[in-house]
Amino acid sequence: MSRAFVSVGRPASNPLAGIDAAVAEQLLGEALASGGDYADLYFEFRCGADFVLEEARVRSVGRALVVGLGVRVLRGDATGYAYTEELSSDCMRQAARTAGQIAAANRAVAPVALTPLSSSDRYRLPESSLLRPGLDKVALLRRADAAARACDPRIVRVEASLSEEWREILVFTSDGRLARDEQPMLRLGVHAVAEEGGRRQGGRSGTALRRGLELFALPGHAPEDHGREAARLALEMLHAEEAPAGPMEVVLGPGESGILLHEAVGHGLEADFNRKRTSNYTDQIGKPVASSLCNVVDDATVGHARGTINVDDEGNSGQRNLLIEKGILRGYLQDRISARHFGCAATGNGRRESFRCQPLPRMTNTMLLAGQDAPEDIIRSVKRGVYARHFSGGQVNIANGDFVFSLTESYLIEDGKLTAPLRGVNLIGNGPEVLRQVTMVGHDFKLSEGTWTCGKDGQSVPVGVGTPTVKIACITVGGTRTP
Amino acid sequence: MSRLPDARRCQEWAEQMLSYALAAGAEAAEVLVRDGCELEVKVRLGEPELVKEAGSRAFGLRVLRDHRAAVTYSSDFADAAMRQFARESVELCDLAEPDPLADLPERHEMAREVPDLDLWDETAPSLDATQVLRLAKQGEQAALLCDPRVTNSEGAVGSRVMGATAFASSAGFSGGYRGTRLSLVVSPVCDDADGKKRNGHHWTSSRFASGLLDPETVGLEAARRTLAKLGSRKIATCQVPAVFAPEAARALLGQLAAVVSGGAAWRKSTYLAAREGTAVASPLVTVVDHPLLPRAPGSRPFDGEGLAGRPNTVVSEGVLRTVLCDTYSARKLGRPSTGSAGRGVGGGPHVSTSNFILLGGKTPAAELERVPQGLYVTDLMGFGFNPVTGDWSQGASGFWIDSGSRAYPVSEITISINFDDLWKSIDGVGDDLDTRSSVQSPTLRVPRITVAGG
Repeated sequence: MSRAFVSVGRPASNPLAGIDAAVAEQLLGEALASGGDYADLYFEFRCGADFVLEEARVRSVGRALVVGLGVRVLRGDATGYAYTEELSSDCMRQAARTAGQIAAANRAVAPVALTPLSSSDRYRLPESSLLRPGLDKVALLRRADAAARACDPRIVRVEASLSEEWREILVFTSDGRLARDEQPMLRLGVHAVAEEGGRRQGGRSGTALRRGLELFALPGHAPEDHGREAARLALEMLHAEEAPAGPMEVVLGPGESGILLHEAVGHGLEADFNRKRTSNYTDQIGKPVASSLCNVVDDATVGHARGTINVDDEGNSGQRNLLIEKGILRGYLQDRISARHFGCAATGNGRRESFRCQPLPRMTNTMLLAGQDAPEDIIRSVKRGVYARHFSGGQVNIANGDFVFSLTESYLIEDGKLTAPLRGVNLIGNGPEVLRQVTMVGHDFKLSEGTWTCGKDGQSVPVGVGTPTVKIACITVGGTRTP
Repeated sequence: MSRLPDARRCQEWAEQMLSYALAAGAEAAEVLVRDGCELEVKVRLGEPELVKEAGSRAFGLRVLRDHRAAVTYSSDFADAAMRQFARESVELCDLAEPDPLADLPERHEMAREVPDLDLWDETAPSLDATQVLRLAKQGEQAALLCDPRVTNSEGAVGSRVMGATAFASSAGFSGGYRGTRLSLVVSPVCDDADGKKRNGHHWTSSRFASGLLDPETVGLEAARRTLAKLGSRKIATCQVPAVFAPEAARALLGQLAAVVSGGAAWRKSTYLAAREGTAVASPLVTVVDHPLLPRAPGSRPFDGEGLAGRPNTVVSEGVLRTVLCDTYSARKLGRPSTGSAGRGVGGGPHVSTSNFILLGGKTPAAELERVPQGLYVTDLMGFGFNPVTGDWSQGASGFWIDSGSRAYPVSEITISINFDDLWKSIDGVGDDLDTRSSVQSPTLRVPRITVAGG
């Protein structure tokens, strides 16, 4: 095989090829043999590859193949779970019996005959990137690397990486659902370091979407764009100033600021916490939990977005769910167990990291919808405050609603204008309190196309976040400079 | 039902895979095999919520041809699949570019023996789900019954992990070992006056069942910690001394581990690049990385490239003695590896700590709180650390200290300081080293930190 055509494609044989309704029905029967209310099977086949370019050299090429089955048996709110990586009849039956341990004896429910779920197609691809030659991907990394270096001689280091994944899932449930999905993910990331007079700063840019290599032909997504953006950020931060400390007005820029929603509201609306009454939002449906300017949705249907799913990992269709309407809480993010508890329909938010994990209520693409204000007016309205553009991440304590998120690009606002770039800024607040402080919402909604990954109970899933420009009247800025 | 992880069987697989990789044209190769068996149970309000039990194994392969590296991962141990995977992995090398520094370690560097570090509890395999459920129930119940203000629970989780690791390298090493780990965490919830919930937790963990705290002790301490948070409030923005409880100090130490990594040093992505031999912390601070401690959580007889584990003094009385290196970063820095390669089946070798320990001091921890006013930090939140510049700002909660004692609980604040200043200014190291995890610290005190509050 010549070098030009080495691809890290999918294996010729699909390890899930032999899994059909007959196999599934037998395993579901086995899982429920000692009782239990419900069982499901989650087959997963994942292949991925990654490429890292560092010091202008492809340092390493990686590849992963993962296949397995997770079996879940429910009895009331209790879950029995087991998994196997070996899809032999013996191993699968053993997993089914082990998961069935949770069941109390002598209450058997027979599985219902399986009916395939008709599914949407929200990330149809011209071609999976995994089928393209490896050198095509190396070439993309070189373009990003060259563009970052060409920005400025002060750019002293660039690292570019690309990873691609193809995940195929098959879900069978004892109440008769059969769902199947093929979920692609393609990610490009660039990290640039700028140096000047002994000072160093890093900047990052990247994207992750459910697309093939055509992603890089989209506006703003050429590898050069990400190389230049990473370099710009690193250079900009070289001269960043110490940030102020204390409560003040903050303007959140469009797109990435959606992480605020994710932390401040999203997690607290996951139904498991509310079923267990450990969330701040317990019993708040129908009540005001945010300023009347806030309309929040979790939307699994956005074409090709990172958090989009056709079906969730319990075999329910992904959908658009209204969470907050004009400040009033309308609903929670449900998985099967919680939906049963609340007596409502599943919302398609039962997700899991892999076949090794039981599903939990999780977000998909969480967004604050556009308002009426012009973004310029929002900035102009601030006498002294902080403008937040890029974030590295956030964290929330579900029980009390306290969250913190960390900014990687932010500016001081003085007399309605952005002035000095700031370094080392955190925002800290409380979910319900901060949403009541939303006083202006821009008309410039944007879904971030960055690589957002949400962690919960040790499970990571890809998500999307989005907002328009938003003004928060008062939030605590954690800087080093006291007034 | 548990199938016991078998280190010898893993080693056979590793050697088999190594021979397939070499037969497929690799000039050098190494194989890591992990076989694990997990049991996790969760109890909430006295009822079982989750029983999860499974065995799992996978192998990771690193192959080199013409100084070009590929790193691959699979869980398919069928003989034909292993052979095919070896061939495909070797082909991938062609996509990488030659880098002589990426070669395997030199033959003379490889470990010659695999010391027994007493990491396996013979009694662990006989624990079953029913027994672990009972422990979790006892722990949760102790928390729920101890005070009427404990009104809810996020549950109690008990787990047992048994694992075998084997490694075979064409540089001249083959070995394996196995270990167990047991833990229990209890997480009660209290209702606060303003409608907020307050949550807290306490945990115990050990490689041996006999090393665990009893469940009642864990539950009572979890409740005590949670109750102490009732009435939490913000404080005004100020600059005060900060006392970091061992669990918060451990988070600081984990961040220090990231900036004393050889990988960060050669990339100059740490503010400590080129600072070896100079003061990077207060003279009260000595930090070691010690992989060979018997029964310790982070112990490993050999590292992720098959080098013998060895203790490294990283910071000695405040002076940075060495950064920790795997083979690649060591070569980049022109020195030998410190035997600090970590390795997971899913990725290549990288610098990682084993048992990373800030040695306990002589001051009783309670004495460190004897400040007129200050902040006692129990929890840190968020990602506000820039390792390149040392800018550090994190969400925090804990207690306000007034006249030397904890006056009231504090939350929803951030604390900020430059990380270099934080370590250099430490003026108190407690005698209360917390040995439950692989990053271990006692209580630490910093004389001045910026608090952003209400």
